[in-house]
Amino acid sequence: MTTVLNGHATSGKTSSLDDYLALLGQGEIDGIRALARPLRGRTVQMVNSTAVGGGVAEILNRLVPLALDLDLQIRWDVMDGGADFFQVTKAFHNALHGDPYRSDPTDFEVFLSYNDRNCRDIQLDSEFVVIHDPQPAALINARTGGAGHWIWRCHIDLSRPNTTVWEFLEKFVARYDAAIFSSPAFSRQLAIPQYLFYPSIDPLADKNRPLDDEVVDTMLTPFGIDRSRPILTQISRFDRLKDPIGVIRAYRIVKRYVDCQLVLAGGGATDDPEGATVLKEVRRAAADDADIHVIELASWAPLEVNALQRASTIVIQKSLREGFGLTVAEALWKKKPVVASAVGGIPIQIIHKHTGLLAHSVEGTAYQIRYLLSHPDIAARLGEQGHEHVKENFLITNNLRQYLALFLSFLR
Amino acid sequence: MKSAAKPFDFYTVAALTRVGNQVASTIAELHAGLQNCSDASIFHHTFQTLGSHHFLTEGFSNDFAQWALTSTNRGDLAEQLGSLDVRDYMSIAELRTDLSRIVGDYCATHSSVVTQSALEPFWFCEGLEVNAPLGRSATTLEEFRAGLEQLSHAAFYFHFISSRMRLQLRTNDFSMWLTNELELPSLAERINRIDIYTNTLDGAREVMLRLIAREVARQ
Repeated sequence: MTTVLNGHATSGKTSSLDDYLALLGQGEIDGIRALARPLRGRTVQMVNSTAVGGGVAEILNRLVPLALDLDLQIRWDVMDGGADFFQVTKAFHNALHGDPYRSDPTDFEVFLSYNDRNCRDIQLDSEFVVIHDPQPAALINARTGGAGHWIWRCHIDLSRPNTTVWEFLEKFVARYDAAIFSSPAFSRQLAIPQYLFYPSIDPLADKNRPLDDEVVDTMLTPFGIDRSRPILTQISRFDRLKDPIGVIRAYRIVKRYVDCQLVLAGGGATDDPEGATVLKEVRRAAADDADIHVIELASWAPLEVNALQRASTIVIQKSLREGFGLTVAEALWKKKPVVASAVGGIPIQIIHKHTGLLAHSVEGTAYQIRYLLSHPDIAARLGEQGHEHVKENFLITNNLRQYLALFLSFLR
Repeated sequence: MKSAAKPFDFYTVAALTRVGNQVASTIAELHAGLQNCSDASIFHHTFQTLGSHHFLTEGFSNDFAQWALTSTNRGDLAEQLGSLDVRDYMSIAELRTDLSRIVGDYCATHSSVVTQSALEPFWFCEGLEVNAPLGRSATTLEEFRAGLEQLSHAAFYFHFISSRMRLQLRTNDFSMWLTNELELPSLAERINRIDIYTNTLDGAREVMLRLIAREVARQ
């Protein structure tokens, strides 16, 4: 067990709500502080399975210091697990997303034995205990006599789970006081209250903070991208479900009408065998078109992503399947017009014709891109409204506000 | 300048969305859902959505209308649902009756369409509001104006829009206080008439501040 940040370690206080003042205004900051006032000194505990890497750790890294700044006694514990545990939970993760799963009773034993061990090692006595994702779900076994308020925060899509794995997990989930999902479509039929918390981005993180144009230029130079011509960009790992080949086909249709470039940038191909295969396929499809820039980023390259998004004329997210698709929110925050598939959580972010344009095919994607390239005023309006949508609904501060509201709702 | 006996206390609010277990995949199912869903669900899809999408001032008024347009491609139904103004209602029951009537009439006249599957289902959710005092209050019009300037969108929404359901009157917290405490019914009425569908929350607040500034100058 690792305690990453806790209420007594003031050195962990790395960011303050006041850092967001210029972006959000005094009224918003005052509002969050007012909601937090009745919760001052209350103990809160976040538990997940990794301190670094992955979206959950990224969110907790920002959320926990902000809660500390509001005088909540919050701690963040990371459960311990061996390679065998993470192998099992990876299989569970894929199965919960609907992939095939070959049932093996030892998987459940491994899962339970690590959870039991962590029940003993982690002090789970806070007034509000938030357990993130399936890996530590069985820590509910540590709850004694209905003490505290236990919440299960599920960050993954449970719309088509493997029945065996879900039925195993459901026994634990049903004992929580509430569950949180990222989309109504990801929720399950449960007897406990289920809340909707959208995933969030941090406007001050390297991936989203403002960048000077010169910095964007400098970052783009190695990639040979011409900023004087329209740039269409899709940022996502090289995965067939992100349909990079479909993006190239859409670009080729657009190219018949507009002299533009395409950037396909993503990370993780080197350590993912399938990613490397897809990257090869993408390079083959791009062939010798000098205006298609296939960029393999390091697995963590926030500034490069930021610069590529800011340099883009239009951002594309042509996924065939998607969880929530936070790259869309990242682009919208940068006031970029977005053309994206109507799958997963994307329609929550892209309200068609209001905050971006949705498409259902290669041809549709190409048409929407052409439309925006020839109507820059409409593209600008969508970008502005998209920015407002993110500001109102998908920032880390909204996430904080929702947690405060949930904790307060338990007290009333 | 008149001083109120009872100060205006500014509050903020946070909205929680609870996912229900009710889903509609067709217009006919939406009709059934509208009749059976909770009051908190009607509140969420009409009032709360106005707060969270206030920056859209063209053609977005409630979740039912938006779904009819984007998931079922029925612009005529969307137009009717979108024309409902939450300010005309003093209770969720009345609002539900009209929503249900519009969708029911549509079902009666478009029987072949209303059982077709939508692109995306409609998930009935429920809205819960958790409020907290901001620790600021006003007893004069000047103090009220200063307080108004500093409100977040959430706080402004709470006092100006969702207050209608709390008060069960065709008014809002601001207008009510201005009428009852500062005896300014004309200003209160002008504030109450500000269009919340064609203005963003910031836009509505600007109009309000201009009306107050004019009243301050007049006094």
